Amino acid sequence: MDVAIRFSDLTLGYDRHPAVHHLDGEVERGALLAVCGPNGAGKSTLLKGIAGTLAPLAGSIALPRLKFRDIAYLPQATGIDKSFPIDVFDVVAMGLWKRCGLFGGISRSETAKIRAAITAVGLEGFEARPVATLSGGQLQRMLFARLLVQDAAVILLDEPFTAIDSKTVADLISVVSAWHYDHRTVLVVLHDLDLVREHFPQTLLLAREVIAKGKTGAVLTPENLSKARSMIEAFDRQAQACARAA
Amino acid sequence: MQLHDLLIAPFADFAFMRRALAGAIALAIAGPPLGLFLILRRMALTGDAMAHAILPGAALGYLAAGLSLGPMTIGGLAAGVIVAAGSGVVARTTVLREDASLAAFYLISLALGVTIVSLRGSNIDLLHVLFGSVLALDDATLILLAAIASVTLVALAALYRPLVIETVDASFLASVSKSGGPVQIIFLALVVLNLVGGFQALGTLLAVGMMMLPAASAMLITADMTAMIGIAAAQGMLAGYAGLVISFHAGLPSGPLIILMAGLLYLLALVFGPAGGLLRRFKPGQHLEG
Repeated sequence: MDVAIRFSDLTLGYDRHPAVHHLDGEVERGALLAVCGPNGAGKSTLLKGIAGTLAPLAGSIALPRLKFRDIAYLPQATGIDKSFPIDVFDVVAMGLWKRCGLFGGISRSETAKIRAAITAVGLEGFEARPVATLSGGQLQRMLFARLLVQDAAVILLDEPFTAIDSKTVADLISVVSAWHYDHRTVLVVLHDLDLVREHFPQTLLLAREVIAKGKTGAVLTPENLSKARSMIEAFDRQAQACARAA
Repeated sequence: MQLHDLLIAPFADFAFMRRALAGAIALAIAGPPLGLFLILRRMALTGDAMAHAILPGAALGYLAAGLSLGPMTIGGLAAGVIVAAGSGVVARTTVLREDASLAAFYLISLALGVTIVSLRGSNIDLLHVLFGSVLALDDATLILLAAIASVTLVALAALYRPLVIETVDASFLASVSKSGGPVQIIFLALVVLNLVGGFQALGTLLAVGMMMLPAASAMLITADMTAMIGIAAAQGMLAGYAGLVISFHAGLPSGPLIILMAGLLYLLALVFGPAGGLLRRFKPGQHLEG
């Protein structure tokens, strides 16, 4: 198996309290993987760990033959400041950061690429619109266009379809499917299990530790789901140091 | 001829007026663009706090060497950097947020600075420190102001992209680059640098006015970032010129007059500004078709 991401005894968390605990496993290159689990299961934390914005408390995440720049990450709550005077085209163009850096110009072909990305997410004609005027769904479409321009080998999406209408979800799912078709590795945190069953061949069911991983049909069984739900969510202030630590 | 007497003669006849104008223009080129980013980053009051924070350092320089450029500039820079870094550390390591710790630091700084100046100087010196002396700029000060303006413009040009991205979507910049931290630090350093420059001409209490008023006003006039920067700088220059002319003819203090002119332009924009002024809010015109 060609491995894109490998977790080895990975523990991620905040202020020494683990949110993802002793995770082992691999994500195959080109996989389209849904990450499911109850609230507090560590799904977002895992994505932050892979994206490199959160350092592991223990263990490691390896991305063989990939660099920091090959990862595109869309966090759960977009930090976009909608009051900033910037238009859709410029936000999507941010996706070129890794190629253009401080001074690099945007070539004609890159301009065409930005326009194509905006068209691909159904925002044609919105190029000059200030972001302040976008609806929630349009904002999410714009962020997907930026991901398209980033052209990354690994794409991490954290609950990208929350509070978005079904038409927009359908359009954005087709973008995700196109990435899968391109053999990019895509991890998506999702709560809508019907959506997962319909569009995601593989699923990782997480509840701090791995409950199940593999083909979606085999993972999302009633037994596994009830096992995931029984995870203790309470935050233990008096927690002892983990005995499993090496 | 009369118009010439009114608008040009003060600068043609008096070297100190020419120097004051050159100084004001240097401040207006660099300060307002920084002020724009301060406002867009919701740090408008941070600029104010930093301006006060400079005082005790400049005052220590004054205590050591009197009203001379070098020690006061170095002291001011050091104090600004200490307060910026100190309040950042307090915000990260205690329950206080950045705004609260900045407020604490700057009040202490202001009180300390005024006390230190009073230790040695007269009330005139205190007035000089608090409100500047734009009519008494010597060569060295002018060169300092010009150098600060040049460094700021070059640095802003180099940092423009990451600074904009960091302001619009900090989590995105963090996901593609490690430059977020350094960009913030350099930006704050530029703010301190410009406040130290402004301090020479406009004093501790008013230096930040040249940064904030033209910037706030530009945001009411246009919604385009590039135009905003140009308009903000142009307004700063206009305020500098008009303030000097009026203060010359009316015999009023120049520093406050410059800031008052910037304030007047701001009030005009507040009422008539096409990108968010009051008139537009209350008389928006017929709604459009789509």
